[in-house]
Amino acid sequence: MHPELSFAQAPPLAAPLRFFLAAPWFGVLAGLLLAWGGEEAFASRWSPLALAVTHLMTTGFMLQVMCGALLQFVPVTAGANVWRPELLAQWLQPLLAVASLLLAAGFVVGSPLLLVAAAGLFILGTGAFAGVIAAALWRTVATGMMLWALRYAIFGLVLAVALGALLAVILFWGVDVPFFSLIEVHQAWGLGGWALLLLAGVSWQVVPMFQLTPPYPAGFTRNFVWILLVALVLVSLRLVMDTAGWVAAGDLVLLSIVASHAMLTLWLQQRRRRKLVDATFTFFRLAMFCLLGFALAGGAAVFFPALGGIPNFAIGMGVLVLGGVFTSALSGMLYKIVPFLGWLHLQRLGAPLSAVPNMKGMLAEMAMRRHWVLHLSALVLLLAAAWLPWLVRLAGLVFAASCAALGWNLITAARRYTLFRDRIHASGLHRG
Amino acid sequence: MSITVLLAEHHKYCDELFAGAEEGVARQDWAAAGPALRRLLSALETHFRAEEDILFPAFEQASGLRSGPTEVMRGEHRQIRELLQMLQQALADKDSEAFAGAAETLLILMQQHNLKEENILYPLCERTLATEAAVYIAVRSCLES
Repeated sequence: MHPELSFAQAPPLAAPLRFFLAAPWFGVLAGLLLAWGGEEAFASRWSPLALAVTHLMTTGFMLQVMCGALLQFVPVTAGANVWRPELLAQWLQPLLAVASLLLAAGFVVGSPLLLVAAAGLFILGTGAFAGVIAAALWRTVATGMMLWALRYAIFGLVLAVALGALLAVILFWGVDVPFFSLIEVHQAWGLGGWALLLLAGVSWQVVPMFQLTPPYPAGFTRNFVWILLVALVLVSLRLVMDTAGWVAAGDLVLLSIVASHAMLTLWLQQRRRRKLVDATFTFFRLAMFCLLGFALAGGAAVFFPALGGIPNFAIGMGVLVLGGVFTSALSGMLYKIVPFLGWLHLQRLGAPLSAVPNMKGMLAEMAMRRHWVLHLSALVLLLAAAWLPWLVRLAGLVFAASCAALGWNLITAARRYTLFRDRIHASGLHRG
Repeated sequence: MSITVLLAEHHKYCDELFAGAEEGVARQDWAAAGPALRRLLSALETHFRAEEDILFPAFEQASGLRSGPTEVMRGEHRQIRELLQMLQQALADKDSEAFAGAAETLLILMQQHNLKEENILYPLCERTLATEAAVYIAVRSCLES
Protein backbone atom coordinates (compact mmCIF):
# COMPACT_ATOMS: atom_id res chain seq x y z
CA MET A 1 0.00 0.00 0.00
CA HIS A 2 1.02 3.61 -0.62
CA PRO A 3 4.20 2.80 -2.52
CA GLU A 4 4.69 6.52 -3.07
CA LEU A 5 4.81 7.26 0.63
CA SER A 6 8.39 8.13 1.43
CA PHE A 7 9.62 8.47 4.96
CA ALA A 8 13.25 8.26 4.06
CA GLN A 9 13.13 11.97 5.04
CA ALA A 10 15.35 13.56 2.51
CA PRO A 11 17.12 13.21 -0.82
CA PRO A 12 20.91 12.84 -0.85
CA LEU A 13 22.52 15.99 0.53
CA ALA A 14 24.20 16.80 -2.77
CA ALA A 15 20.84 17.32 -4.52
CA PRO A 16 19.61 20.43 -2.70
CA LEU A 17 23.11 21.62 -1.76
CA ARG A 18 24.16 21.92 -5.40
CA PHE A 19 21.47 24.59 -5.88
CA PHE A 20 22.02 26.32 -2.53
CA LEU A 21 25.78 26.70 -2.97
CA ALA A 22 25.42 28.14 -6.49
CA ALA A 23 22.54 30.54 -5.78
CA PRO A 24 24.31 33.39 -3.90
CA TRP A 25 26.86 33.85 -6.69
CA PHE A 26 24.12 35.02 -9.05
CA GLY A 27 23.47 37.75 -6.49
CA VAL A 28 27.18 38.59 -6.50
CA LEU A 29 27.08 38.86 -10.29
CA ALA A 30 23.97 41.06 -10.13
CA GLY A 31 25.70 43.38 -7.64
CA LEU A 32 28.84 43.55 -9.78
CA LEU A 33 26.75 44.38 -12.85
CA LEU A 34 25.21 47.28 -10.95
CA ALA A 35 28.67 48.43 -9.84
CA TRP A 36 29.89 48.21 -13.43
CA GLY A 37 26.88 49.92 -15.02
CA GLY A 38 26.42 52.63 -12.37
CA GLU A 39 23.72 55.21 -13.01
CA GLU A 40 22.78 53.70 -16.36
CA ALA A 41 21.62 50.49 -14.62
CA PHE A 42 19.04 52.38 -12.56
CA ALA A 43 17.96 54.78 -15.31
CA SER A 44 14.76 52.79 -15.79
CA ARG A 45 13.36 49.33 -15.10
CA TRP A 46 13.59 48.74 -18.86
CA SER A 47 17.30 49.49 -19.09
CA PRO A 48 19.22 46.43 -20.37
CA LEU A 49 21.29 46.31 -17.20
CA ALA A 50 18.23 46.54 -14.94
CA LEU A 51 16.64 43.65 -16.88
CA ALA A 52 19.84 41.61 -16.61
CA VAL A 53 20.10 42.25 -12.85
CA THR A 54 16.40 41.44 -12.36
CA HIS A 55 16.73 38.12 -14.17
CA LEU A 56 19.98 37.19 -12.43
CA MET A 57 18.07 37.56 -9.16
CA THR A 58 14.85 35.83 -10.24
CA THR A 59 16.06 33.06 -12.57
CA GLY A 60 19.47 32.80 -10.90
CA PHE A 61 19.39 33.36 -7.15
CA MET A 62 15.69 32.76 -6.45
CA LEU A 63 15.04 29.88 -8.85
CA GLN A 64 18.16 28.02 -7.70
CA VAL A 65 17.21 28.30 -4.02
CA MET A 66 13.58 27.43 -4.67
CA CYS A 67 14.35 24.36 -6.79
CA GLY A 68 16.81 23.07 -4.18
CA ALA A 69 14.38 23.77 -1.36
CA LEU A 70 11.50 21.99 -3.11
CA LEU A 71 13.62 18.87 -3.66
CA GLN A 72 14.07 18.81 0.11
CA PHE A 73 10.72 20.16 1.26
CA VAL A 74 8.35 18.01 -0.80
CA PRO A 75 9.50 14.61 0.55
CA VAL A 76 9.61 15.86 4.14
CA THR A 77 6.30 17.70 4.29
CA ALA A 78 4.28 15.73 1.78
CA GLY A 79 5.92 12.33 2.15
CA ALA A 80 6.09 12.29 -1.63
CA ASN A 81 8.91 10.63 -3.50
CA VAL A 82 10.59 12.98 -5.94
CA TRP A 83 11.84 10.95 -8.91
CA ARG A 84 15.65 10.48 -8.85
CA PRO A 85 16.43 13.79 -7.07
CA GLU A 86 20.19 13.42 -7.36
CA LEU A 87 20.12 12.74 -11.09
CA LEU A 88 17.61 15.56 -11.58
CA ALA A 89 19.79 18.00 -9.63
CA GLN A 90 22.94 16.93 -11.49
CA TRP A 91 21.76 18.13 -14.86
CA LEU A 92 19.03 20.60 -13.90
CA GLN A 93 21.17 22.84 -11.70
CA PRO A 94 23.88 23.55 -14.31
CA LEU A 95 21.26 23.81 -17.06
CA LEU A 96 19.29 26.46 -15.17
CA ALA A 97 22.52 28.24 -14.23
CA VAL A 98 23.64 28.43 -17.86
CA ALA A 99 20.15 29.54 -18.92
CA SER A 100 20.22 32.35 -16.38
CA LEU A 101 23.67 33.52 -17.48
CA LEU A 102 22.65 33.42 -21.16
CA LEU A 103 19.53 35.42 -20.35
CA ALA A 104 21.49 38.07 -18.48
CA ALA A 105 24.09 38.20 -21.27
CA GLY A 106 21.30 38.50 -23.82
CA PHE A 107 19.98 41.61 -22.05
CA VAL A 108 23.41 43.18 -21.55
CA VAL A 109 24.55 42.80 -25.17
CA GLY A 110 21.04 43.19 -26.59
CA SER A 111 20.99 39.85 -28.39
CA PRO A 112 17.53 38.34 -29.00
CA LEU A 113 19.30 35.16 -30.11
CA LEU A 114 20.80 34.68 -26.64
CA LEU A 115 17.40 35.38 -25.09
CA VAL A 116 15.76 32.72 -27.27
CA ALA A 117 18.54 30.22 -26.45
CA ALA A 118 18.04 30.92 -22.73
CA ALA A 119 14.27 30.55 -23.13
CA GLY A 120 14.74 27.13 -24.74
CA LEU A 121 16.88 25.95 -21.84
CA PHE A 122 14.40 27.32 -19.31
CA ILE A 123 11.50 25.53 -20.98
CA LEU A 124 13.47 22.30 -20.91
CA GLY A 125 14.70 22.68 -17.33
CA THR A 126 11.65 24.09 -15.58
CA GLY A 127 9.38 21.83 -17.65
CA ALA A 128 11.18 18.73 -16.40
CA PHE A 129 11.38 20.08 -12.85
CA ALA A 130 7.70 21.05 -12.78
CA GLY A 131 6.73 17.64 -14.16
CA VAL A 132 8.68 15.72 -11.54
CA ILE A 133 7.56 17.89 -8.60
CA ALA A 134 3.94 18.03 -9.78
CA ALA A 135 3.87 14.22 -10.09
CA ALA A 136 5.10 13.94 -6.50
CA LEU A 137 2.67 16.58 -5.23
CA TRP A 138 -0.35 14.98 -6.88
CA ARG A 139 0.38 11.45 -5.76
CA THR A 140 0.89 12.22 -2.09
CA VAL A 141 -1.56 11.11 0.58
CA ALA A 142 -0.84 14.27 2.60
CA THR A 143 -3.41 17.05 2.77
CA GLY A 144 -3.53 20.74 3.64
CA MET A 145 -3.48 24.18 2.01
CA MET A 146 0.30 24.27 1.91
CA LEU A 147 0.14 21.46 -0.64
CA TRP A 148 -2.33 23.36 -2.79
CA ALA A 149 -0.12 26.44 -2.60
CA LEU A 150 2.82 24.37 -3.85
CA ARG A 151 0.76 22.78 -6.64
CA TYR A 152 -0.47 26.12 -7.95
CA ALA A 153 2.98 27.65 -7.51
CA ILE A 154 4.37 25.02 -9.89
CA PHE A 155 1.65 26.02 -12.35
CA GLY A 156 2.67 29.68 -11.85
CA LEU A 157 6.28 28.81 -12.63
CA VAL A 158 5.34 27.05 -15.86
CA LEU A 159 3.16 29.95 -16.95
CA ALA A 160 5.80 32.58 -16.09
CA VAL A 161 8.48 30.69 -18.03
CA ALA A 162 6.14 30.14 -21.00
CA LEU A 163 5.29 33.86 -21.11
CA GLY A 164 8.98 34.75 -20.77
CA ALA A 165 9.84 32.43 -23.64
CA LEU A 166 7.06 33.99 -25.72
CA LEU A 167 8.55 37.43 -25.04
CA ALA A 168 11.96 36.23 -26.20
CA VAL A 169 10.48 34.77 -29.38
CA ILE A 170 8.57 37.99 -30.04
CA LEU A 171 11.77 40.01 -29.65
CA PHE A 172 13.60 37.64 -31.98
CA TRP A 173 11.00 37.62 -34.76
CA GLY A 174 9.58 41.07 -34.11
CA VAL A 175 5.92 40.00 -33.96
CA ASP A 176 3.44 42.82 -33.39
CA VAL A 177 1.73 42.14 -30.03
CA PRO A 178 0.89 44.14 -26.87
CA PHE A 179 4.45 43.72 -25.64
CA PHE A 180 4.34 45.70 -22.40
CA SER A 181 1.08 44.08 -21.29
CA LEU A 182 2.70 40.70 -21.85
CA ILE A 183 5.66 41.76 -19.69
CA GLU A 184 3.32 42.84 -16.87
CA VAL A 185 1.52 39.49 -16.99
CA HIS A 186 4.81 37.54 -17.14
CA GLN A 187 6.00 39.48 -14.12
CA ALA A 188 2.76 39.00 -12.18
CA TRP A 189 2.81 35.21 -12.63
CA GLY A 190 6.54 34.93 -11.99
CA LEU A 191 6.57 36.99 -8.81
CA GLY A 192 3.00 36.42 -7.58
CA GLY A 193 1.89 33.08 -9.00
CA TRP A 194 5.20 31.31 -8.48
CA ALA A 195 7.59 32.99 -6.05
CA LEU A 196 5.16 34.59 -3.60
CA LEU A 197 2.70 31.70 -3.58
CA LEU A 198 5.59 29.31 -2.88
CA LEU A 199 6.99 31.60 -0.17
CA ALA A 200 3.55 31.94 1.43
CA GLY A 201 2.81 28.21 1.33
CA VAL A 202 6.18 27.35 2.82
CA SER A 203 5.79 30.12 5.44
CA TRP A 204 2.52 28.58 6.66
CA GLN A 205 4.60 25.58 7.68
CA VAL A 206 7.96 26.99 8.68
CA VAL A 207 7.10 30.23 10.51
CA PRO A 208 5.16 28.36 13.24
CA MET A 209 7.86 25.64 13.18
CA PHE A 210 10.97 27.77 13.54
CA GLN A 211 9.60 30.44 15.85
CA LEU A 212 6.81 28.58 17.63
CA THR A 213 4.17 31.10 16.63
CA PRO A 214 0.45 30.30 16.62
CA PRO A 215 -0.57 28.67 13.31
CA TYR A 216 -1.84 30.73 10.36
CA PRO A 217 -5.67 30.68 10.61
CA ALA A 218 -7.12 27.94 8.38
CA GLY A 219 -9.61 30.42 6.89
CA PHE A 220 -6.76 32.68 5.79
CA THR A 221 -4.69 29.99 4.07
CA ARG A 222 -7.82 28.52 2.43
CA ASN A 223 -8.85 31.84 0.94
CA PHE A 224 -5.36 33.14 0.18
CA VAL A 225 -4.75 30.66 -2.64
CA TRP A 226 -7.92 31.21 -4.64
CA ILE A 227 -8.02 34.98 -4.09
CA LEU A 228 -4.43 35.25 -5.33
CA LEU A 229 -5.23 33.14 -8.38
CA VAL A 230 -8.39 35.11 -9.21
CA ALA A 231 -6.42 38.37 -8.87
CA LEU A 232 -3.75 37.04 -11.22
CA VAL A 233 -6.39 36.08 -13.78
CA LEU A 234 -7.89 39.59 -13.52
CA VAL A 235 -4.44 41.14 -13.98
CA SER A 236 -3.92 38.89 -17.02
CA LEU A 237 -7.11 40.20 -18.66
CA ARG A 238 -5.08 43.12 -19.99
CA LEU A 239 -3.75 40.72 -22.61
CA VAL A 240 -7.08 40.01 -24.24
CA MET A 241 -9.24 43.08 -23.67
CA ASP A 242 -9.03 46.72 -22.84
CA THR A 243 -10.49 46.54 -19.34
CA ALA A 244 -8.46 48.94 -17.24
CA GLY A 245 -11.03 48.78 -14.44
CA TRP A 246 -10.77 45.00 -14.03
CA VAL A 247 -7.00 45.11 -14.23
CA ALA A 248 -6.82 47.80 -11.53
CA ALA A 249 -9.21 45.72 -9.41
CA GLY A 250 -6.94 42.70 -9.93
CA ASP A 251 -3.89 44.74 -8.93
CA LEU A 252 -5.63 45.96 -5.77
CA VAL A 253 -6.83 42.50 -4.76
CA LEU A 254 -3.36 41.11 -5.41
CA LEU A 255 -1.67 43.81 -3.34
CA SER A 256 -4.24 43.47 -0.54
CA ILE A 257 -3.74 39.73 -0.21
CA VAL A 258 0.04 40.26 -0.30
CA ALA A 259 -0.22 42.90 2.43
CA SER A 260 -2.47 40.70 4.54
CA HIS A 261 0.05 37.85 4.37
CA ALA A 262 2.83 40.21 5.46
CA MET A 263 0.80 41.72 8.30
CA LEU A 264 -0.44 38.36 9.54
CA THR A 265 3.11 36.96 9.55
CA LEU A 266 4.41 39.98 11.47
CA TRP A 267 1.56 39.67 13.95
CA LEU A 268 2.15 35.95 14.44
CA GLN A 269 5.86 36.62 14.95
CA GLN A 270 4.95 39.14 17.66
CA ARG A 271 3.06 36.35 19.42
CA ARG A 272 5.81 33.77 19.06
CA ARG A 273 6.43 31.48 21.99
CA ARG A 274 10.15 31.20 21.24
CA LYS A 275 11.62 34.54 22.22
CA LEU A 276 15.09 33.81 20.88
CA VAL A 277 16.05 36.25 18.11
CA ASP A 278 18.20 34.48 15.52
CA ALA A 279 19.34 35.19 11.97
CA THR A 280 16.37 33.46 10.35
CA PHE A 281 13.93 35.47 12.45
CA THR A 282 15.54 38.83 11.61
CA PHE A 283 15.84 38.06 7.88
CA PHE A 284 12.26 36.86 7.71
CA ARG A 285 10.94 39.85 9.60
CA LEU A 286 12.74 42.21 7.24
CA ALA A 287 11.25 40.32 4.30
CA MET A 288 7.73 40.80 5.65
CA PHE A 289 8.25 44.54 6.31
CA CYS A 290 9.51 44.89 2.73
CA LEU A 291 6.53 42.92 1.43
CA LEU A 292 4.20 45.25 3.28
CA GLY A 293 6.11 48.27 1.92
CA PHE A 294 5.89 46.84 -1.60
CA ALA A 295 2.13 46.31 -1.30
CA LEU A 296 1.58 49.85 0.03
CA ALA A 297 3.74 51.41 -2.69
CA GLY A 298 1.98 49.29 -5.32
CA GLY A 299 -1.41 50.36 -3.96
CA ALA A 300 -0.35 54.01 -4.16
CA ALA A 301 0.61 53.48 -7.82
CA VAL A 302 -2.85 52.04 -8.60
CA PHE A 303 -4.57 55.13 -7.14
CA PHE A 304 -2.02 57.56 -8.58
CA PRO A 305 -0.95 56.00 -11.90
CA ALA A 306 1.53 58.84 -12.49
CA LEU A 307 3.64 57.38 -9.68
CA GLY A 308 4.12 54.10 -11.52
CA GLY A 309 5.45 56.06 -14.48
CA ILE A 310 8.31 57.56 -12.47
CA PRO A 311 11.40 55.44 -13.28
CA ASN A 312 12.88 55.82 -9.76
CA PHE A 313 9.64 54.61 -8.21
CA ALA A 314 9.56 51.46 -10.35
CA ILE A 315 13.23 50.77 -9.57
CA GLY A 316 12.54 51.22 -5.85
CA MET A 317 9.67 48.71 -6.08
CA GLY A 318 11.98 46.24 -7.79
CA VAL A 319 14.63 46.67 -5.08
CA LEU A 320 11.99 46.16 -2.39
CA VAL A 321 10.64 42.95 -3.82
CA LEU A 322 13.85 41.30 -5.09
CA GLY A 323 16.37 42.52 -2.53
CA GLY A 324 14.04 43.17 0.38
CA VAL A 325 11.48 40.39 0.20
CA PHE A 326 12.99 37.43 -1.58
CA THR A 327 16.72 37.81 -0.90
CA SER A 328 15.97 38.32 2.81
CA ALA A 329 13.44 35.51 3.16
CA LEU A 330 15.50 32.98 1.21
CA SER A 331 18.68 33.87 3.14
CA GLY A 332 16.79 33.31 6.40
CA MET A 333 15.50 29.94 5.19
CA LEU A 334 18.93 28.82 3.97
CA TYR A 335 20.38 29.53 7.41
CA LYS A 336 18.02 26.97 8.91
CA ILE A 337 18.02 24.41 6.10
CA VAL A 338 21.74 24.08 5.31
CA PRO A 339 23.12 23.62 8.88
CA PHE A 340 20.26 21.22 9.70
CA LEU A 341 20.84 19.13 6.58
CA GLY A 342 24.57 18.98 7.38
CA TRP A 343 23.76 17.72 10.87
CA LEU A 344 21.05 15.31 9.65
CA HIS A 345 23.29 13.65 7.08
CA LEU A 346 26.28 13.45 9.44
CA GLN A 347 24.36 11.75 12.21
CA ARG A 348 22.93 9.29 9.68
CA LEU A 349 26.44 7.96 9.19
CA GLY A 350 25.87 6.21 12.49
CA ALA A 351 28.47 7.99 14.63
CA PRO A 352 27.45 8.96 18.18
CA LEU A 353 25.77 12.35 18.29
CA SER A 354 28.65 13.70 20.38
CA ALA A 355 30.92 13.20 17.34
CA VAL A 356 28.68 15.37 15.16
CA PRO A 357 28.64 19.19 15.40
CA ASN A 358 25.17 20.56 16.10
CA MET A 359 23.56 23.28 13.96
CA LYS A 360 25.48 26.09 15.61
CA GLY A 361 28.64 24.06 15.13
CA MET A 362 27.88 23.76 11.41
CA LEU A 363 27.53 27.53 10.98
CA ALA A 364 28.35 30.12 13.62
CA GLU A 365 25.72 32.70 14.55
CA MET A 366 28.35 35.44 14.27
CA ALA A 367 28.95 34.65 10.57
CA MET A 368 25.24 34.96 9.87
CA ARG A 369 25.10 38.27 11.77
CA ARG A 370 27.95 39.69 9.67
CA HIS A 371 25.95 38.82 6.56
CA TRP A 372 22.87 40.44 8.09
CA VAL A 373 24.70 43.75 8.61
CA LEU A 374 25.96 43.69 5.00
CA HIS A 375 22.53 42.75 3.66
CA LEU A 376 20.75 45.52 5.53
CA SER A 377 23.37 48.06 4.41
CA ALA A 378 23.03 46.89 0.80
CA LEU A 379 19.26 47.16 0.91
CA VAL A 380 19.30 50.69 2.35
CA LEU A 381 21.89 51.77 -0.23
CA LEU A 382 19.98 50.20 -3.13
CA LEU A 383 16.76 51.91 -2.07
CA ALA A 384 18.60 55.22 -1.73
CA ALA A 385 20.25 54.65 -5.11
CA ALA A 386 16.82 54.46 -6.75
CA TRP A 387 16.60 58.21 -6.06
CA LEU A 388 20.30 59.10 -5.84
CA PRO A 389 21.85 57.42 -8.89
CA TRP A 390 25.41 58.31 -7.88
CA LEU A 391 25.02 55.67 -5.17
CA VAL A 392 24.34 52.81 -7.60
CA ARG A 393 27.99 51.70 -7.90
CA LEU A 394 28.53 51.63 -4.14
CA ALA A 395 25.16 49.92 -3.55
CA GLY A 396 26.00 47.29 -6.17
CA LEU A 397 29.36 46.57 -4.55
CA VAL A 398 27.85 46.25 -1.08
CA PHE A 399 25.10 43.99 -2.44
CA ALA A 400 27.73 41.81 -4.14
CA ALA A 401 29.67 41.64 -0.87
CA SER A 402 26.50 40.70 1.02
CA CYS A 403 25.66 37.87 -1.39
CA ALA A 404 29.29 36.72 -1.26
CA ALA A 405 29.01 36.57 2.54
CA LEU A 406 25.94 34.36 2.18
CA GLY A 407 27.74 32.18 -0.38
CA TRP A 408 30.81 31.91 1.82
CA ASN A 409 28.76 31.02 4.90
CA LEU A 410 27.04 28.20 3.01
CA ILE A 411 30.38 26.94 1.70
CA THR A 412 31.72 26.99 5.27
CA ALA A 413 28.80 24.81 6.45
CA ALA A 414 29.31 22.42 3.50
CA ARG A 415 33.04 22.17 4.26
CA ARG A 416 32.37 21.41 7.89
CA TYR A 417 30.05 18.65 6.76
CA THR A 418 32.79 17.17 4.54
CA LEU A 419 35.42 17.54 7.27
CA PHE A 420 33.34 15.69 9.87
CA ARG A 421 32.13 13.09 7.37
CA ASP A 422 35.75 12.23 6.52
CA ARG A 423 36.70 12.25 10.20
CA ILE A 424 33.84 9.86 11.06
CA HIS A 425 34.83 7.55 8.18
CA ALA A 426 38.50 7.64 9.20
CA SER A 427 37.74 6.85 12.83
CA GLY A 428 35.62 3.84 11.89
CA LEU A 429 32.63 5.23 13.80
CA HIS A 430 30.32 5.07 10.80
CA ARG A 431 27.69 2.43 10.26
CA GLY A 432 28.60 -0.33 7.79
CA MET B 1 -11.54 14.56 18.61
CA SER B 2 -9.33 12.55 16.24
CA ILE B 3 -5.96 10.90 16.85
CA THR B 4 -4.36 13.59 14.67
CA VAL B 5 -5.83 16.45 16.70
CA LEU B 6 -5.05 14.77 20.03
CA LEU B 7 -1.39 14.10 19.24
CA ALA B 8 -0.91 17.40 17.38
CA GLU B 9 -2.15 19.24 20.48
CA HIS B 10 0.32 17.29 22.58
CA HIS B 11 3.08 18.34 20.14
CA LYS B 12 2.10 21.96 20.81
CA TYR B 13 2.23 21.32 24.55
CA CYS B 14 5.76 19.93 24.16
CA ASP B 15 6.70 23.01 22.07
CA GLU B 16 5.60 25.21 24.97
CA LEU B 17 7.76 23.25 27.40
CA PHE B 18 10.71 23.42 24.99
CA ALA B 19 10.40 27.21 24.70
CA GLY B 20 10.29 27.53 28.50
CA ALA B 21 13.46 25.48 28.99
CA GLU B 22 15.31 27.29 26.21
CA GLU B 23 14.28 30.68 27.55
CA GLY B 24 15.48 29.77 31.06
CA VAL B 25 18.93 28.85 29.78
CA ALA B 26 19.12 31.92 27.52
CA ARG B 27 18.49 34.06 30.65
CA GLN B 28 21.04 31.93 32.54
CA ASP B 29 18.27 31.18 35.00
CA TRP B 30 19.49 27.67 35.80
CA ALA B 31 17.12 27.21 38.72
CA ALA B 32 14.11 27.60 36.40
CA ALA B 33 15.65 25.84 33.41
CA GLY B 34 16.25 22.56 35.28
CA PRO B 35 12.62 21.82 36.16
CA ALA B 36 11.49 23.13 32.74
CA LEU B 37 13.78 20.67 30.95
CA ARG B 38 12.61 17.83 33.18
CA ARG B 39 8.99 18.63 32.29
CA LEU B 40 9.90 18.56 28.59
CA LEU B 41 11.70 15.23 28.97
CA SER B 42 8.78 13.68 30.78
CA ALA B 43 6.20 14.98 28.27
CA LEU B 44 8.21 13.77 25.26
CA GLU B 45 8.79 10.36 26.83
CA THR B 46 5.03 10.01 27.45
CA HIS B 47 4.36 11.04 23.85
CA PHE B 48 6.84 8.51 22.48
CA ARG B 49 5.36 5.77 24.67
CA ALA B 50 1.86 6.50 23.39
CA GLU B 51 3.15 6.17 19.84
CA GLU B 52 5.65 3.34 20.17
CA ASP B 53 3.57 1.14 22.50
CA ILE B 54 0.05 1.85 21.26
CA LEU B 55 -0.39 3.72 17.96
CA PHE B 56 2.48 2.32 15.90
CA PRO B 57 1.89 -1.39 16.75
CA ALA B 58 -1.82 -0.95 15.97
CA PHE B 59 -0.98 0.68 12.63
CA GLU B 60 1.64 -1.94 11.79
CA GLN B 61 -0.80 -4.72 12.49
CA ALA B 62 -3.59 -3.15 10.47
CA SER B 63 -1.42 -2.15 7.51
CA GLY B 64 1.16 -4.94 7.50
CA LEU B 65 3.83 -2.21 7.19
CA ARG B 66 6.48 -3.03 9.77
CA SER B 67 9.56 -1.45 8.26
CA GLY B 68 7.89 1.61 6.79
CA PRO B 69 7.05 5.00 8.23
CA THR B 70 6.79 3.83 11.84
CA GLU B 71 10.34 2.51 11.73
CA VAL B 72 11.62 5.90 10.51
CA MET B 73 9.64 7.63 13.28
CA ARG B 74 11.15 5.31 15.91
CA GLY B 75 14.60 6.16 14.57
CA GLU B 76 13.84 9.87 14.93
CA HIS B 77 12.61 9.30 18.49
CA ARG B 78 16.04 7.80 19.21
CA GLN B 79 17.74 10.90 17.80
CA ILE B 80 15.48 13.18 19.85
CA ARG B 81 16.27 11.19 23.00
CA GLU B 82 20.00 11.53 22.32
CA LEU B 83 19.67 15.29 21.85
CA LEU B 84 17.70 15.50 25.10
CA GLN B 85 20.59 13.76 26.86
CA MET B 86 22.95 16.38 25.44
CA LEU B 87 20.65 19.11 26.75
CA GLN B 88 20.72 17.52 30.21
CA GLN B 89 24.51 17.35 30.10
CA ALA B 90 24.80 20.99 28.98
CA LEU B 91 22.43 22.01 31.76
CA ALA B 92 24.44 20.08 34.35
CA ASP B 93 27.61 21.79 33.07
CA LYS B 94 25.81 25.16 32.96
CA ASP B 95 27.13 25.48 29.41
CA SER B 96 24.61 27.79 27.74
CA GLU B 97 26.37 27.68 24.35
CA ALA B 98 26.29 23.88 24.13
CA PHE B 99 22.67 23.99 25.29
CA ALA B 100 21.71 26.55 22.63
CA GLY B 101 23.32 24.50 19.83
CA ALA B 102 21.67 21.24 20.88
CA ALA B 103 18.34 23.02 21.49
CA GLU B 104 18.35 24.60 18.02
CA THR B 105 19.04 21.19 16.45
CA LEU B 106 16.40 19.49 18.59
CA LEU B 107 13.80 22.09 17.65
CA ILE B 108 14.24 21.65 13.90
CA LEU B 109 14.43 17.85 14.19
CA MET B 110 11.35 17.79 16.38
CA GLN B 111 9.39 20.13 14.13
CA GLN B 112 10.07 18.29 10.89
CA HIS B 113 9.28 15.04 12.73
CA ASN B 114 5.96 16.46 13.93
CA LEU B 115 5.18 17.75 10.46
CA LYS B 116 5.54 14.29 8.95
CA GLU B 117 3.42 12.74 11.67
CA GLU B 118 0.67 15.37 11.53
CA ASN B 119 0.56 15.69 7.73
CA ILE B 120 1.00 12.08 6.78
CA LEU B 121 1.30 9.37 9.42
CA TYR B 122 -1.58 10.24 11.76
CA PRO B 123 -4.12 10.73 8.93
CA LEU B 124 -2.86 7.45 7.46
CA CYS B 125 -3.36 5.74 10.84
CA GLU B 126 -6.90 7.08 11.05
CA ARG B 127 -7.70 5.74 7.60
CA THR B 128 -6.08 2.38 8.22
CA LEU B 129 -7.20 1.54 11.74
CA ALA B 130 -10.51 -0.28 11.99
CA THR B 131 -10.41 0.08 15.77
CA GLU B 132 -9.65 3.80 15.73
CA ALA B 133 -11.89 4.62 18.71
CA ALA B 134 -10.20 2.05 20.95
CA VAL B 135 -6.71 3.21 19.91
CA TYR B 136 -7.73 6.82 20.46
CA ILE B 137 -8.88 6.08 24.01
CA ALA B 138 -5.68 4.14 24.77
CA VAL B 139 -3.48 6.94 23.39
CA ARG B 140 -5.40 9.59 25.35
CA SER B 141 -5.18 7.72 28.64
CA CYS B 142 -1.45 7.22 28.08
CA LEU B 143 -0.96 10.97 27.47
CA GLU B 144 -3.02 11.80 30.55
CA SER B 145 -1.16 9.36 32.78
